[in-house]
Amino acid sequence: MTVELPVLKPADFASDQDVRWCPGCGDYAILAQMKKVMPNLGIPREKIVFISGIGCSSRFPYYMNTYGMHSIHGRAPAVATGLKCVRPDLHVWVITGDGDGLSIGGNHLMHAIRRNLDLNIVLFNNRIYGLTKGQYSPTSPLGKKTKSTPMGAIDNPLHPLSVAIGCECTFVARSIDTEIKHLGEVLTRAAKHPGTSFVEVYQNCHVFNDGAWAYAKERESKADTTLELVHGKPLIFGKNRDKGIRLNGMDPEVVELGKGVSEDDLLFHDEKAPEPSLAYLLSRMRHEDGFPEPIGVFRAVEAPQYDAMINDQVTQATNERGVGDIDKLFASGDTWDVA
Amino acid sequence: MATSAAVEKQVRTLDEATVRFCGDSGDGMQLAGTQFTNTSALVGNDIATFPDFPAEIRAPQGTLAGVSGFQVHFSSKDIYTPGDTVDALVAMNPAALATNLVDLRAGGILIVNSDAFESKGLDQAGYETNPLENDSLKNYRLYPVAMTKLTRAAVDGLELSQKEKDRCRNFFAMGLVFWLYDRPLEPTQRYIDDKFGKKPEIAQANTAALKAGYHYGETVEAINTQYHVPKAKLAPGKYTSIVGNTAVAYGLMAAARLSGKRLFLGAYPITPASSILEELARHKNFDVLTFQAEDEIAAMAATVGAAFAGAMAVTASSGPGIALKGEAMGLAVMTELPMVIVNVQRGGPSTGLPTKTEQADLYQAVFGRNGECPMPVLAASSPADCFDAAQEAWRIAVRYMTPVMLLTDGYIANGSEPWRIPKLSELKKIEIMHPGPSVNGDKFLPYKRDERLARPWALPGTAGLEHRIGGLEKQDITGNVSYDAANHQHMISLRATKVEKVVNDIPPQKLDGPPSGDLLVLSWGGTYGACATAVHNVQAKGKAVTHCHLRWLNPLPKDLGDILKRFKKVVIPELNLGQLRTIIRAKYLIDAVGLNKVQGKPFSVGEVVDKIEALLKGDAKDTEAKAEPIDKKAPAKAVLEKVAHGG
Ligand SMILES: Cc1ncc(C[n+]2csc(CCOP(=O)(O)OP(=O)(O)O)c2C)c(N)n1
Ligand code: SF4
Ligand SMILES: [Mg+2]
Repeated sequence: MTVELPVLKPADFASDQDVRWCPGCGDYAILAQMKKVMPNLGIPREKIVFISGIGCSSRFPYYMNTYGMHSIHGRAPAVATGLKCVRPDLHVWVITGDGDGLSIGGNHLMHAIRRNLDLNIVLFNNRIYGLTKGQYSPTSPLGKKTKSTPMGAIDNPLHPLSVAIGCECTFVARSIDTEIKHLGEVLTRAAKHPGTSFVEVYQNCHVFNDGAWAYAKERESKADTTLELVHGKPLIFGKNRDKGIRLNGMDPEVVELGKGVSEDDLLFHDEKAPEPSLAYLLSRMRHEDGFPEPIGVFRAVEAPQYDAMINDQVTQATNERGVGDIDKLFASGDTWDVA
Repeated sequence: MATSAAVEKQVRTLDEATVRFCGDSGDGMQLAGTQFTNTSALVGNDIATFPDFPAEIRAPQGTLAGVSGFQVHFSSKDIYTPGDTVDALVAMNPAALATNLVDLRAGGILIVNSDAFESKGLDQAGYETNPLENDSLKNYRLYPVAMTKLTRAAVDGLELSQKEKDRCRNFFAMGLVFWLYDRPLEPTQRYIDDKFGKKPEIAQANTAALKAGYHYGETVEAINTQYHVPKAKLAPGKYTSIVGNTAVAYGLMAAARLSGKRLFLGAYPITPASSILEELARHKNFDVLTFQAEDEIAAMAATVGAAFAGAMAVTASSGPGIALKGEAMGLAVMTELPMVIVNVQRGGPSTGLPTKTEQADLYQAVFGRNGECPMPVLAASSPADCFDAAQEAWRIAVRYMTPVMLLTDGYIANGSEPWRIPKLSELKKIEIMHPGPSVNGDKFLPYKRDERLARPWALPGTAGLEHRIGGLEKQDITGNVSYDAANHQHMISLRATKVEKVVNDIPPQKLDGPPSGDLLVLSWGGTYGACATAVHNVQAKGKAVTHCHLRWLNPLPKDLGDILKRFKKVVIPELNLGQLRTIIRAKYLIDAVGLNKVQGKPFSVGEVVDKIEALLKGDAKDTEAKAEPIDKKAPAKAVLEKVAHGG
């Protein structure tokens, strides 16, 4: 019997709650893309769950007409782990921020990723604590002056994708709130990846950190400051597509095409490389070091998933020993009868 | 071995006896105690045990810090405690003697491995002279046995290293004590065959040592009496000996079956709770999922996620871990999802005394979260009672849609007693309702409550019931986020009232003794055995005293206020500085007195008896149990070292 699924539209994924982000916040664009992506996944709305932590970004589940939980600061990956282990049939998203995911929740993020649970984690990176009104975050650059760092930040920042790749995340991608088409494609691929997908979205906090990603978003500069990754293709960028990335020993370098450098000399992207080294190298390319910052899919490999395996063990144990018999178990040790 | 004819021995019948095996942590004393316990249970005695081990797994060999002990009380009558004093002490080395002698009663049997009393061992234990060679032990029936030599002789010829041979010493000791108390060897033989089936040489050696010890008892002239403790009269049924943590695990599994749920346990290893995780991990074919999380915060958060997903969700930990779970427990209270949080209490604060028992997490259980964050709290009273308490916790959790905290403690978690094995069919079903898919498109109201104030448990996957929950304050009925002042007050009272309503599911409080009078002993949790025995002892002397033991700590039973008012005095013995006492005084405005002990050890019956008798004589001060000096007879050096290495 086939059940006719109703055709859903983005509006069907909007909840009845007023969206409470500041006008101009990058979170709106991400929400809009998510609502657009959902109907195309072919997953019934009731099978979708959004779990978030705390932060502006973590308000997200309230605005999606799916199941959802706005949990506590940093713990969304752990909540999602329990949910997904019990109900592998559900399609689970984790929404987190740079503070939520990398500061207070760094431990859970790392462990969810290394277990490769079938979760889609989206980290809204605005390089600031938005909800608490403007303290620096673990992704704020060195020297960043904020309310809590009046003389400039002195801790070295974390780079979300380097962390995810360090944990051998099986799907790693980056996009930008304003690049709506690109963002939609990345979210779609993340949704379809079996195992943990980790997506960093450059998100503008219009109020407390406006312009943090200006270099990557502005029309005049973005072609030179970002590089769109395409599987199997050389790393080329620039307004005139005349620059590329070449390997010099172990390190990437920016080269100009022509003048003795051809496309074949460039580094070719391979998102399926079994070793995470290439993806890691790409995640290390930073604007401040003179590199274009890659966007798109860094890594997409398959590996066993914890949620499937924990249930496979139940099946295997049941196949080997039969469905557990409580009465037998209780009487399985040394017993004696009292008449 | 030579089969010399057994010498004539007397046999004396006793009502009960208490034996303690002690030695270095590497000496296999926990195994000896467990085998002795199981065998005693199998021959039909009532039993109660007290394993006591050091915090360090590998404390330096032979030191006072490395001493491990296991006490077994076995009886032909009902018993509730492992015994205040020991009738027979087996000490495998000088350090074990130095730290355990204090509990051996005058005239008690003292069996020591005399081979271990050489200069290094004596020195480590702080003995300047060998106590076996002076008259310092003259108050005991001392039997020095050359266990190392006798064990080596028994296993002579087997292809084993010296170390492996010496490791059989505990079986020699067991054999000897088995003879002394007239216990059969077969159960231990079965254990050896099971456990060492793949290592026949080791199995053979252990068997030989066990038999040699038994034979030694039969033949050595110095030991001229054998003791016999007849069967106890237990209610008819099939029994097994069970430890508290296994009973918790079994209770949870039974509850999952009775409610038709998968069981999800999220946990992070911590003494003394880890064996709940380990036990459940063995039973995956019962649809049990065990998730060893990265920390207790994750364990708790995953438990919340699993509850949202529709499982019977459980987490188990001990004080420091429960502290970490605090914030996520608040989320569980706010989202009003059912789950069970087990706290196997240990000595605190901070890392405290990991392997020792205490009841000092009662405040933490009842009050230990931010905001007005009420949670039902119940406590198990004995190892076997953990089975019932675990089911009750889940029954209340789903009836009221609330997290429930179950308190046990290190003492009942590791202690064992006979458990009459119930049939699953005898246990009460646990009903759960989930709303079905919405048919008419009406808006689902996740915080609309039933008459118990429980909200619906709508599961993801149910069409038309899509809803969002979280830690922000909820609007009544709709569950939408609300910052409204009046709504907040209303929701705070709703959550509080809901937990208070649990009282309707608490049966009338049972009393042991007259319903009114001069003195009520009010206890909770793992002190049940000591308090019940103490009250019985005093009652047996013809004095009127009543015992009231609480299962529920939050809410407290409906009739407790009336009961308290019917007694002139109320005494509350607790292994803390008076946490229940504070709650009782605040709630009922009565001047309860305390008996408080925080030494990492359970109450002895004598301590409670003394307090009851003092109160009956009119001495109504709060008292703290006297701490025994570590060893009255051991030299000062030993005392210092023990303190320096304590857990
Ligand atoms: C346990 C705890 N500590 C602190 C806070 C306060 N807090 C809320 S959100 C937040 C930081 C959020 O930053 P981020 O994750 O980057 O989210 P954003 O608001 O920028 O989207 C903090 C510190 C909290 N809610 N809970
Ligand atoms: S504070 Fe920043 S991140 Fe938060 S809603 Fe406003 S603009 Fe968005
Ligand atoms: Mg942020």
